Amino acid sequence: MKMSRRDFVKIGGSVVALSLMGNTAAAGTHSFTGYPDRYGMLSDLTRCIGCRRCEAACNKANNLGTPKTSFEDTSVFEEKRRPYVADVGSYTAVNRFEVDGKTVYRKVQCMHCEEPACVSACLVGALQKSPEGPVTWNEKVCIGCRYCITACPFYVPAFEYSSAFDPKIQKCFMCHQRITNGTVPACAEACPVEAITFGKRDKLLKLAWSRIWGEPDKYIDHVYGEREAGGTGWLYVSGVPFSKLDFQMDIGTTAYPELTKDFLSIVNLTLVSWPAVFGGIYLMNHKDKKTHTEEKEVKK
Amino acid sequence: MTDIIETEDLRKTETVEYWINELFFNRLSIKDYVKSLINPFNIVAGIIVLVGLAFIFMRFAFGLEAITDSSNTQAWGLLLGVGLFTGVPFSASGFVMGTAVYIFGLKKYQPVVTNAILLGFLGYLFAVVFLMTDLGRPWRIYYPMILSFGPASVMFLVAWHVALYLSVQALEFSSSAFEWLGIRSLRKLVVGATLGLTIAGIMLSTLHQSALGAMFLLAPGKVHPLWWSSYMPWLFFVSALAAGLVYVILVSKLTQMFMRNRADERYLASLDEITLGIGKACALILFTYVGLRLTSITYENAWGYLQGAYGMWFLVEFLLFALAPLMFFYGVQKKNVGIVQVSALVTMIAIILNRLNTVYITFNWQFPHRELFYWKEVIVVIAVLTIEVLVYRWIVNRMPVLRQHPDFIGEEHG
Ligand code: SF4
Ligand code: SF4
Repeated sequence: MKMSRRDFVKIGGSVVALSLMGNTAAAGTHSFTGYPDRYGMLSDLTRCIGCRRCEAACNKANNLGTPKTSFEDTSVFEEKRRPYVADVGSYTAVNRFEVDGKTVYRKVQCMHCEEPACVSACLVGALQKSPEGPVTWNEKVCIGCRYCITACPFYVPAFEYSSAFDPKIQKCFMCHQRITNGTVPACAEACPVEAITFGKRDKLLKLAWSRIWGEPDKYIDHVYGEREAGGTGWLYVSGVPFSKLDFQMDIGTTAYPELTKDFLSIVNLTLVSWPAVFGGIYLMNHKDKKTHTEEKEVKK
Repeated sequence: MTDIIETEDLRKTETVEYWINELFFNRLSIKDYVKSLINPFNIVAGIIVLVGLAFIFMRFAFGLEAITDSSNTQAWGLLLGVGLFTGVPFSASGFVMGTAVYIFGLKKYQPVVTNAILLGFLGYLFAVVFLMTDLGRPWRIYYPMILSFGPASVMFLVAWHVALYLSVQALEFSSSAFEWLGIRSLRKLVVGATLGLTIAGIMLSTLHQSALGAMFLLAPGKVHPLWWSSYMPWLFFVSALAAGLVYVILVSKLTQMFMRNRADERYLASLDEITLGIGKACALILFTYVGLRLTSITYENAWGYLQGAYGMWFLVEFLLFALAPLMFFYGVQKKNVGIVQVSALVTMIAIILNRLNTVYITFNWQFPHRELFYWKEVIVVIAVLTIEVLVYRWIVNRMPVLRQHPDFIGEEHG
């Protein structure tokens, strides 16, 4: 069986062209062990008094405009607010829970995952895990597809659906700018009871466990974020079970990029093998058939 | 029935007219052409399109909020649920029929292949239209191609593949357009590239059809466990094969009913045999799908979720999937074209349900209260689909899709 040169060039050409694309797709899937010395935050829910000063500080640091209700107003606790609420004008929200007669406050915001789902979702690389720890967003390239919202297991990123011309993705950026300038994130600085601690993530993890070991009756035996979704930059310790505070309990410990890694790794395989398989079938079918245009042309 | 979609008869006596007239007004004077457009179907279609366009205008003036119910928990609604995730699997028509005819050499299906490619092309084109409506910053749609890459994203792969495949299909279909325009040299060029284009189509389709499923691998807690599975890429791919095939069966039936005067004898006479042949393939593919689906649920250990409302809803979808291959099998055995067509319809409904369930209906199933879609979004979806039908009709009315161009008979593709 003879493969005409044209067929060969065509099939070969498509293999090369398409596997180049496959390479770019597969290149991003190598495993990631985390930047050394990255920063994180630790929220101690046994300390939080629900004063909402972190919200106010966040609003100010990020120029988020005057909120509808003032930051002293406690009526906002009537409902469970989402991490970003335009009306509140903050990238973070403190929610109130009553657990076994105890009042517990929980601050919600982006978890700054170690290997974020949103980053692996973003098709233009607008979202990035910065070497310093915060997960950042680049306004200049975001196309507004909102796959990050679909992917984030913590329901964090928010989109400005009311903006036609420059809708932004809104979420906490862990005051990336301040961190690179050597200052502490605004919320941690504002907290009057040190319920939010800023520091290197590995140090914070030790701090979290030392608090638990130091007062085993006060804390439950779990640092939320140590392993969740492959580990998060934001850690929580609490005196009551996390499940009672609306924490996502079903997300497992696998880093989200792992979920699509297998799929992306077969891309190359398909691109390289399909032309051979189908090109082969084609040649087998058309060996003797005179009706085929290609052969007609070759003979001419 | 033919008066519902009034199509002017191209086979009227040949007169010497301006070529523009010939190409665009179907050999009628402009006045007569406009007159010929006024019929109930066009009036209803026109109203839907106008309202839809008004809503789309609102969306670009006031943001997505004006027409959709998309939120920060449920970012995608019907625009993508229908336009991208449901539209693309049916648009596999071009790639499955192209493969059958040009790679496997199944000449029997030659009469429908051009139509299948046109349907595929339009499906992708309108998927992009839906995407442009839904993207927050649609003017940046080309960014992932040249400006900023997110290669670890499955959606990056989808974007590239849809863009490339749209071009491939445009080239594939262009041979019909060149026949219509009478440009022999260009036609010869694209016909010569058929093999390359078909193989490129196979590669691109395999990957992006499955990638549409793989996109939801990132939402394990959000898609209901009876739908979420690590098998999703394969399930999406296999069902897309079936979707492409049943789309050909059903549209062929519709052309037989409404566009007879645009088809030639060869096309009309071959449809029954073709439908039965495709029916056989569908039975096999759908048996495979059902097996794969059962395996996936067992593998994910999700049978426990069968109780409750979502479980019931799953059974509705699954029974349709399970019924379809049996019906196809029976129809083919009895050589009953009607049964095969009904089975195709059942399959179509099952696949639409499956995609909407994964993307939309069961998404965030753990939330106690979930908002339904906004009615304006429904109108926009219907309007864009209506435009697609009108464009399809416009093309079929002019170009050799359901017929061979008399000047090019005997010069078919490979
Ligand atoms: S919590 Fe969500 S938005 Fe924040 S880094 Fe993780 S995946 Fe991204
Ligand atoms: S909306 Fe923007 S940031 Fe989010 S995935 Fe799409 S392009 Fe990336």
